[in-house]
Amino acid sequence: MATNGTEFESVRTVSVVRHYRLGRSLIPAVDGVSLAAGRGEFIALLGASGSGKSTLLNLIAGLDRPDSGAIVVEGSDLATMTSEQLAQYRRHTVGMVFQSFNLVPTMTLYENVELPMRFAEVKRKERRARVTEALERVGLSDRMKHRPSEMSGGEQQRAALARALANRPKLLLADEPTGNLDSKTGTEIMDLIRELNRTLEMTVIMVTHERSLAERYANRLVFLGDGKLVGESINELEKIGAAR
Amino acid sequence: MRAYDLIELAGRNLREAGLRNSLTTLGIGVGVASLVAMLSLGIGLQKLATRQLGRSGLFDTVVVTSRQDSRGPRFAQAAPVTAQTKPLDDVARHNFEQMANVAEVYPNFSAVGDVRLETDKTGNHFTVVGTLPQSARTGEAFDDVQGSFFSSGTAEEAIILGDFGRDLLNLPREPRGTDVKLTPDQANQLLGKYIVLRYHKREAGESAPLAGNTTKKGQADPDDVDSGDDIKAEDAQSFNLVPKTLKLKIVGIVSSEPNRGLRQGRTPMFLPLQLAESLDMVQAGELWSTLRPSENKTYIALIVRVAKSKAVSQVEDEIRKQGFSTFSILDASKGITRFFTFLDLFLGIFGSLALAVASLGIVNTLVMAILERRREIGIMKALGASDGDVKRIFFVEAGSMGILGGALGAGLGWTIGRAINFATNIYLQRQDIKPENFWVVPIWLVAAALGFSVFVSMFAGLYPASRAAKLDPVQALRHD
Ligand SMILES: Nc1ncnc2c1ncn2[C@@H]1O[C@H](COP(=O)(O)OP(=O)(O)OP(=O)(O)O)[C@@H](O)[C@H]1O
Ligand SMILES: [Mg+2]
Repeated sequence: MATNGTEFESVRTVSVVRHYRLGRSLIPAVDGVSLAAGRGEFIALLGASGSGKSTLLNLIAGLDRPDSGAIVVEGSDLATMTSEQLAQYRRHTVGMVFQSFNLVPTMTLYENVELPMRFAEVKRKERRARVTEALERVGLSDRMKHRPSEMSGGEQQRAALARALANRPKLLLADEPTGNLDSKTGTEIMDLIRELNRTLEMTVIMVTHERSLAERYANRLVFLGDGKLVGESINELEKIGAAR
Repeated sequence: MRAYDLIELAGRNLREAGLRNSLTTLGIGVGVASLVAMLSLGIGLQKLATRQLGRSGLFDTVVVTSRQDSRGPRFAQAAPVTAQTKPLDDVARHNFEQMANVAEVYPNFSAVGDVRLETDKTGNHFTVVGTLPQSARTGEAFDDVQGSFFSSGTAEEAIILGDFGRDLLNLPREPRGTDVKLTPDQANQLLGKYIVLRYHKREAGESAPLAGNTTKKGQADPDDVDSGDDIKAEDAQSFNLVPKTLKLKIVGIVSSEPNRGLRQGRTPMFLPLQLAESLDMVQAGELWSTLRPSENKTYIALIVRVAKSKAVSQVEDEIRKQGFSTFSILDASKGITRFFTFLDLFLGIFGSLALAVASLGIVNTLVMAILERRREIGIMKALGASDGDVKRIFFVEAGSMGILGGALGAGLGWTIGRAINFATNIYLQRQDIKPENFWVVPIWLVAAALGFSVFVSMFAGLYPASRAAKLDPVQALRHD
């Protein structure tokens, strides 16, 4: 996997800063992070609690705006986009998974996976095919009519993954996707993410606490501390595996 | 986001909090119903009033007087100074009849005479005698006529007022100005019976006996109908006043004066117009004219009835251009319209109050929904919903409550109107009053109420929608 050369680059952040103001003091949640991810790369973001991992992920997702610095994803700078353009960017370029799954509890599995396609104005006919395809990929095609409350944690996270795939994004952002799961189910989810990363050539940036998981699945490990990049290690084993 | 997705998402959100949203919608419904009910009362009352006034013959009538003549009504408007003044004679009358939109032209005619029942030789009543054109048949005074209208314009028949009927029967008088309806028994004593009218005919003549001679009429044989003893009147130059008697059959008794319109004073008895004109009776105001010589017969005033009340001002203008003074009730009718506009406005504001309160219900419901759906809004934004999408979803929710509430309210308002109308008419019927439709719900009101309801609801949705749109997805998705 190449990490240099812009035509192979998926994400690049340049000295990104995001401060939170609490009273008179500024909390530097993300404090000058420069990071690049190549197309199809699988990056694990590691760091202590409060080190700014989620904040960085949300900035890359276009859910939040940096106070300074640039975030370039697939050739366009998020900092210069209008909020409508950011929404469009989230719709078409990014898929997101969260620790707490974040499925809409009042919607069936089918409707949850369909939801992002409503915002992307995908035609109805095509939606059905895409929902079916995405649910097959995560192995839930027989649960379409079920609501999230009727499913286990692992199944819910698989459903969330299917939803993230609905608009065929180039970038998958996952914030502790296994944080609420036991290790066996967590492994299942990680296998699935790696499969998507490889077969769909999706760039993956994943926040995690578990270094062992990161070492097993990611190409590269990035360490954050107090909002700054404090270390980086290329996972040689995984790199060999990815190159195949 | 496509429209059907928007509606579908809004719809499922509404169903999700079904009870709360139903109650809010019901509130809107009650608000709209009160607005519809109030306004349809206003509209109904206005229609009733204009209908009644229209039947009184006021709104399609123009009174024409000559500018030369000081005898006409004082309120007549002067013709433009530039116009030539002309006598109000048969030529003018014919001119008016030829005008577009003119239904009929007839003189404002009244004479005086002595009246008694044929069978009652002593009871003479000195009274004003009016005339009615055949068109008066449809006037509201004939709604409850005892007997009938004249059989023709020249029939020797009379229609009398109820209280004059009492006079003829020598019953005690009712207080002045009250409408008197005779009992069927009293009416039967008069209908079909004959009365004898003594009046003065105007005849051209040379010789000039004294006016005092006319007082002889009291001594004339009462049964000598239409005998026409030619006793000469005073005016040496052109007229003789010749006393005459005429036998008339009472065909109808009414309780209020027909074609009351612009007539001055009280007229208790009426003859058919053509009959009266052919009799050449000396008119009430005309004794004046006996002092002034003139070759042609002129009218004191002509009543011009216009086919459509909309054409009144046009006809009036045309007549004024010909050099006559005119008067119509048009200006008064504008005042009435203004009054009802005011009443409608007042009722509308009153009715809108309930809708305003209900719209606060929408604000409340949607703000609660934002709090409840905070996370869901965050999810939608993370999945690519724009601020506008979120705003529109809440907007459509507000609008849907407006449409449903509006439809419910319009139906409810209509039903309430019907019910109250029905109940009141039962009451009116018990009081022996003709039922009236004073509660009118026109289709445009229903449509307007619906539109207004949607508008108010959308307006109420403005704040919650923009608040939902501004929600920060990072905060909303923060797990706590
Ligand atoms: N809305 C906010 N207001 C003030 N401070 C905030 C806000 N959001 C985050 N922070 C602060 O920013 C810092 C980074 O938070 P972030 O959620 O990115 O950490 P994290 O690395 O994801 O932690 P965790 O592993 O616990 O999820 C923390 O110190 C946090 O307290
Ligand atoms: Mg975090």
